[in-house]
Amino acid sequence: MKRRNFLGLMGAAGVSATLATKAQAGGNVHFEGYPGSRGVLFDATRCIGCRKCEIGCNEVNNLAKPEKPFTDLTVLDTARRTENEAYTVVNKYDQEGGAPVYRKIQCMHCLEPSCASACFVAAFAKQPSGAVTYDESVCVGCRYCMIACPFEIPTYTYDDPITPKVIKCDLCDANIKAGKISVPGCVNSCPKEALVYGEREELLKIARNRIGANPDKYIDHIYGEREVGGTSWLFISGVPFSEIGLREDLGVTSGPELNSGALSVVAMVPALWPLLLAGVYGITRRTDKINTQEKADAVAQAITETQDKANSDMKAAMERARNDKEATVKREVAKALEEAAKAAEEGDVEKEEEGA
Amino acid sequence: MEHAFYTLQDFLLYTKGWAYILMGASLVVFVAYWKFLFSRDKD
Amino acid sequence: MTTETVSKKSLLTPFNVITGLILVMGAALTVWRFGWGIGAVTNLDNNNPWGLWIGFDLLCGVVLAAGGFVTSSAVYLFGMKKHHAAVRPAILTAFLGYLFVVIALQYDLGRPWRLPYPFVVQSGTTSMLFEVGLCVALYLTVLFLEFSPAALEWLGLKRLRNLIHKLTIALTIFGVVLSTLHQSSLGALYIIAPAKLHPLWYSTYLPTFFFISAIAAGLSMVMLEGWLTHKPLHDKMSEEYLAQHDDLYFGFAKGASFVLMGYFFIKVIGIAVDNEWNLLGTGWGQWFLFELLGFVLLPSVLYAIGTREKNLKLIRWTSLLTVLGIILNRLNVSVIAFNWHLPSEMRYVPSWQEIGVTVFVCTMLVVTFKFIATRMPIFYDHPEYKDEH
Ligand code: SF4
Ligand code: SF4
Ligand code: SF4
Repeated sequence: MKRRNFLGLMGAAGVSATLATKAQAGGNVHFEGYPGSRGVLFDATRCIGCRKCEIGCNEVNNLAKPEKPFTDLTVLDTARRTENEAYTVVNKYDQEGGAPVYRKIQCMHCLEPSCASACFVAAFAKQPSGAVTYDESVCVGCRYCMIACPFEIPTYTYDDPITPKVIKCDLCDANIKAGKISVPGCVNSCPKEALVYGEREELLKIARNRIGANPDKYIDHIYGEREVGGTSWLFISGVPFSEIGLREDLGVTSGPELNSGALSVVAMVPALWPLLLAGVYGITRRTDKINTQEKADAVAQAITETQDKANSDMKAAMERARNDKEATVKREVAKALEEAAKAAEEGDVEKEEEGA
Repeated sequence: MEHAFYTLQDFLLYTKGWAYILMGASLVVFVAYWKFLFSRDKD
Repeated sequence: MTTETVSKKSLLTPFNVITGLILVMGAALTVWRFGWGIGAVTNLDNNNPWGLWIGFDLLCGVVLAAGGFVTSSAVYLFGMKKHHAAVRPAILTAFLGYLFVVIALQYDLGRPWRLPYPFVVQSGTTSMLFEVGLCVALYLTVLFLEFSPAALEWLGLKRLRNLIHKLTIALTIFGVVLSTLHQSSLGALYIIAPAKLHPLWYSTYLPTFFFISAIAAGLSMVMLEGWLTHKPLHDKMSEEYLAQHDDLYFGFAKGASFVLMGYFFIKVIGIAVDNEWNLLGTGWGQWFLFELLGFVLLPSVLYAIGTREKNLKLIRWTSLLTVLGIILNRLNVSVIAFNWHLPSEMRYVPSWQEIGVTVFVCTMLVVTFKFIATRMPIFYDHPEYKDEH
């Protein structure tokens, strides 16, 4: 749990960023995996389908005993996959006109694990020992690791409502680290030496030697040398791998590599989108402003025009009014004079009448 | 502390951690910078 | 006639009865799921770790909530200001969409209470799911803030409301950034599984496919929703909303038509760059063409005809077709064409309980939407803030 939380990451990064090695500074980085990491070589030509490895695994990992005992080989008649109670299973593949071929399957311990690339709490880690380990204490239970694993290995305890977890072979890493065993339980219990535990580099040499010494017996390919970026478990076989349930269409690109393209685009989005959008917003606002300005100008002009017209109209009206007024005044004055004259006349008459 | 990376996965885990921190930083900086850029415009 | 009988009568509508039954069933399923584990109620197994809850609830839920960022950016950033009345309904739908996506996710996660772990305990920064989780969490917050003015107006908290209102542009831009990221990274989830997803659907362009189709989905959802809410919420809609409505349809339909045409071409380019022409002749190829021609190219053309001829009815039905097409696409990627290599007896089919939970979550969404839309100023402007925009 303590491995990488965000703050820890920042602290560590802050210190080491100044000391960055060439490898991490360079754009064209390449990683070779942990030197001396270990794995297992499985030789399908030696496996006799005795299920002893299943017993060994069951015992070292203290798993529940299966319903049908391990000695019951009829179990081999149906194809099986890894299960919560079985980190490894052996399957039988009938061959036309020949003895059946058996193949053991368990976590392949990929050099660049897809499960690790997929997990959003980094619960999986490739250990220097070669094992890909799983940390239950952080697992949220999204099961994306199961989607990602190209070998369909991890299983999930769906029936547990409180502490469900992912289950897979850990290359006996916990037991070996604890010093309980020095060799994985399955390898240890194989009576036919179909399994060899050792440094991956050594295993590759052994495999090449076996194929070289017996070119007719073996297919000239080491399954897991390059599949999905390489795996710590390696397989050699006398029949094509696709016939013993090992997919040959997985390609050589690892999960982290597949993800890295999309991941690198991610950072560009928050860095560039706001610039673009702010630009668009700025342009929209400017256009709006110009539009409003133009509108305002147009309105203003219209107003001045009307005002001018109004003014001249007003002037004319005033003029007219003044003229009218003058005329009225004149008329009124004339009228008044007339009336006055009349009144004077009448007065005279009155006076005359009074005087008479 | 010197980081030595042996797998692409570990390398990505480390570098993408930084990328995410910088993504967050860029968003914050952009807002502040936008304000700075336009603070003299009166409208 | 007492008021009591009246209210009783109005409560026993068929809608309410069905809703009630679904909610009761959902509650029972919830107890079952959390009491007895995922295994007790789902058909998920070790070969099929993701089913309907991821394929529909998460993938479709998120893409159909894209209307929020599409509408708000169209209105606030791209100058479709006169349609601002359409923003609130779209934001509300998006907010509720995301909220219920997160709620639905609790059923699927083995230990849902650990959901914050990627951000507080240990970050798996290489995971596409990390990005999805981070962006959905942040975007849910952004949507909440974008939606909150409506709630604050309703509650009468003026100050806070005005403060948030000032942030509109920044929130809109954040919304677009976050939507771009997680819409596309939902597609990117599958980049790590080339061995499991059928090659016709698998492409390194998956993130782009998901993002572009999300824009079309967002536009179509806004139209579809306008159509569906028109009758039941008509009396809640402002004159302005109604007046701009037809115009909005034509604008959005044009946009969707063009985006779908672009989407059609990048899908074809995806086939070309991986040289998968020969696969088109297989059964899967026909299924792929069915999706591409019937649910991408066809709606694009129908939208175009609809806007040219101002045919509202055609546009509405096309929005439904588009939305169904996007759902089909997401289900193809996550369930139907995923694990296509497995023999049929090992393929996944959802259990009735899984479907039940999905229906339950959708129903809760509708009920919440109705509750909010009939109370808060969503389809109309709050009288006190009418002139601001
Ligand atoms: S390495 Fe260990 S855990 Fe893995 S299959 Fe062998 S015995 Fe089981
Ligand atoms: S085989 Fe699967 S579970 Fe094992 S390391 Fe590889 S990806 Fe992980
Ligand atoms: S199920 Fe657990 S281990 Fe697997 S990806 Fe999710 S969090 Fe990681």
